[in-house]
Amino acid sequence: MTTLTPSRTRTFLRGLPVIRQLRQSVGLQRGMLIVGLVLVGVFILTAIFAPLIAPYGFAQLRDVHGYFGAQDPPGPKHLLGTTVGGYDVLSRVIWGAQTALLAIIIAVVLSIFLGVTLGVVSGYIGGWLDRVLVVIADAVYAFPTLLLAIVAAIVISGGSSNLFGGVFASGISITAVFIPQYFRVIRAEAVRIKSEAFVESAKVVGTPVIRIMFRHVFRNATRSLPLIFTLNASESIFTLAALGFLGFGIEPSSAAEWGYDLNKSISDVTSGIWWTSIFPGTAIVLVVLGITLVGESLNDLSDPRLRTRRRAAGVTALAAVSVQGGGALDDEIANADELEGRA
Amino acid sequence: MTAVVDIRNLDISFATDGDPVVAVRNVSLTVNKGEVLAIVGESGSGKSVTAKAILGLLPETATESGVVLLGENDIVQLSKKQLRAVRGVDVAMVFQEPSTSLNPVYTVGWQIAEGLRAHGNLSRKEARAKAIDILERVGIPDATHRVDYYPHQFSGGQKQRVVIAMALVLEPELIVADEPTTALDVTVQAEILDLLRRCRDEFGAAIVLITHNMGVVADLADRVAVMYNGEIVEQADVRTLFADPREPYTQKLLAAVPKLGTAVEATRARAASRPVHEGRPVVSANNLVIEYAGRLGRKGFRAVDGVTFDIHAGEVLGLVGESGSGKTTIGRAIAGLTKVSGGSLTVLGQEMLEVRERQFRKLRSDIGFVFQDPASSFNPLLTIAECVAEPLIVHGRAGDAASARKRVDELLEAVQLPHAFGDRYPHELSGGQRQRASLARSLALEPTLLIADEPTSALDVSVQARVLELFSELQKEFGFAALFISHDLAVVDLLADRIAVLYQGKLVEEGTGAEVLVAPKHPYTQRLLASLPVPDPIEQAERREALRAIRNEE
Repeated sequence: MTTLTPSRTRTFLRGLPVIRQLRQSVGLQRGMLIVGLVLVGVFILTAIFAPLIAPYGFAQLRDVHGYFGAQDPPGPKHLLGTTVGGYDVLSRVIWGAQTALLAIIIAVVLSIFLGVTLGVVSGYIGGWLDRVLVVIADAVYAFPTLLLAIVAAIVISGGSSNLFGGVFASGISITAVFIPQYFRVIRAEAVRIKSEAFVESAKVVGTPVIRIMFRHVFRNATRSLPLIFTLNASESIFTLAALGFLGFGIEPSSAAEWGYDLNKSISDVTSGIWWTSIFPGTAIVLVVLGITLVGESLNDLSDPRLRTRRRAAGVTALAAVSVQGGGALDDEIANADELEGRA
Repeated sequence: MTAVVDIRNLDISFATDGDPVVAVRNVSLTVNKGEVLAIVGESGSGKSVTAKAILGLLPETATESGVVLLGENDIVQLSKKQLRAVRGVDVAMVFQEPSTSLNPVYTVGWQIAEGLRAHGNLSRKEARAKAIDILERVGIPDATHRVDYYPHQFSGGQKQRVVIAMALVLEPELIVADEPTTALDVTVQAEILDLLRRCRDEFGAAIVLITHNMGVVADLADRVAVMYNGEIVEQADVRTLFADPREPYTQKLLAAVPKLGTAVEATRARAASRPVHEGRPVVSANNLVIEYAGRLGRKGFRAVDGVTFDIHAGEVLGLVGESGSGKTTIGRAIAGLTKVSGGSLTVLGQEMLEVRERQFRKLRSDIGFVFQDPASSFNPLLTIAECVAEPLIVHGRAGDAASARKRVDELLEAVQLPHAFGDRYPHELSGGQRQRASLARSLALEPTLLIADEPTSALDVSVQARVLELFSELQKEFGFAALFISHDLAVVDLLADRIAVLYQGKLVEEGTGAEVLVAPKHPYTQRLLASLPVPDPIEQAERREALRAIRNEE
């Protein structure tokens, strides 16, 4: 029984959403997934360690040697130059990752719980409740995200805002639009699972409805969550950036925000100052690209018909490998040694 | 004799997420002109894959080596374009499920003509004339009209006739029929088998028949190849194989097929040992009516129409009928999954007409239910032990899965599963093992009534035999009353004390196995019995004649 524990944790690790897909992917799909994961990883690390990485603070205008100076080209002191307002571009880009990550977290946390719960309840119970919720979801779905975000931004902080005002404005508008998405996906799954024999068997036993919903339906309905999660994340970054770009964003003194910096660099573009717009823009593109790549690959890999597999050509070679697969980590190494010893 | 298809040393393997799986190993077969070769085997034996290789229909993940000679072409080597020229003209296929192998948005005439026009220069009119002709020849009445019907306007058996017509229209030398009657009822199956026999006799086509049903083999085949684990174990003439199987696997396979009328003695012994029923029956249906609500403005569908029966304590009632006869609906009504619309149904003293879930819930611990499909009746995210413990937890006999484990182990032991299986997930068990676990779960609360809805129809014959044996042992040990629902008369005969035959929602006949199966009174029961193919070619030939006589009478 003791040997069982490590293999359990190991299979648990392998069963985790992203790791399992990484293991089963091959070729181009694997490449896409890895590129996406690297981009997302760099983004998250940058966000977490921004205070350590960034040479200056996001609102810093001067150091011991005096003011930075406005629109300085990239150089040894300011690696990516400075903006029209006199901020260090590199620091702003790095600190901006933190704001973006916060926007993602708030948007996802706000929408995922409500959307998923409503989806399970509506899908499992059905009837008039289901119909009403679906109609509401469709109506909300038709609402433009950005308009909602602007309204939220004005309501929360009167248009120009601090870090939490801006992030919440984008978070709330994303939430409003994404609750219906989570709702619909989970509801569709719940409707499918409702008719499965194991749910009926729970009913026959006399299981209370709440227990059926959460133990049997909910846990089986969450397969496609990672996919909407990635969509949701990139959408929230776009909305935050758009808010900043339109002038409803976060004040530079309260947080660094890529959309705001882009807005301020519009006039620079015509006068040949490229560094103020290229870098925040690239940051947005790379993060969204990374998240989308991860989402896309997860989508392809979760569908057996889209998933590419290794050809069965080298049957014997692969069969030999299979001898050591599937066991605990320690067993695997021992087996591998054995194999080598025999060879 | 000229060979239509000649398979030599065929190997097929599939790429999977894990290691490649070898599906077919070193298979060599020949099919001669005008011959029916049956390939028999259990699920996973590679019989379907072999058949698909003849048409070059394997998916992209498959790698094949060897030779499949069809006339002069080697299918393994052909390009996609060459394959297309061969398919339909030299070889055609009949699929298992007629309702999914026809396109629902085109008329059947169009679909038959499509094949004709793809392979020749027929005008629209000529193709249509040919389609009508072939539909008539496969026995579709009023073909001139019905050529313009859509697939949903035909019954299941007629759809299969249309599929066979599509296969025959280009007069191929070989027809590959993959389980052509598995999705059909017994009476319809007999008709389709007749039609396939005519394909051979009148159209001169050779047939490769893939099936797991030994009765079908005995009825139709000239030669039989038995497959096991991707290899051919035995090949012989049909009479030789049934009379004198050489390989142990074939012997075991044939022995596992349930035969009608063998259980009469056992049933009598059981009836004698059981005390005379006293007190009220466990389940009592009186003029029971169950209707499914229709759409707005349409009449509902009456699935069960005035059925009356009793199940006494410790008794097994077998409920037999074809699809749509209402047998599953009755089982679900007893378990409280479907509402009763009229009449009276008393389960364990509780009237089910207008019952509320709250009143019925405390009785649920006395009812066990075994579902048909072992693949979907377990929550895939819970281990077997957790699944079996669910009823115990729900009814407060245990706090959580861990504290119920001792009882779960006892139950697993009762259904002859090792304790270690409790830690596995459902997908890590085979179909038969899962069905055992399902039995364990339904027995967890020691119910007085067990409802088994086709518990073995998704299983292979050899596995089915073991599960049935286990079921009757458990019944003897626990002494529960049972409603055993099945479409297979032979299976019901093995287990049931009494048999009730349903036909279109009505109970047409009820009695002991000896009464219903040996001397059936109702014409439907007679036809049902006569349609059932028996796994013995000589006896089956006689029965075929008897069935023809019954049909002519009607």
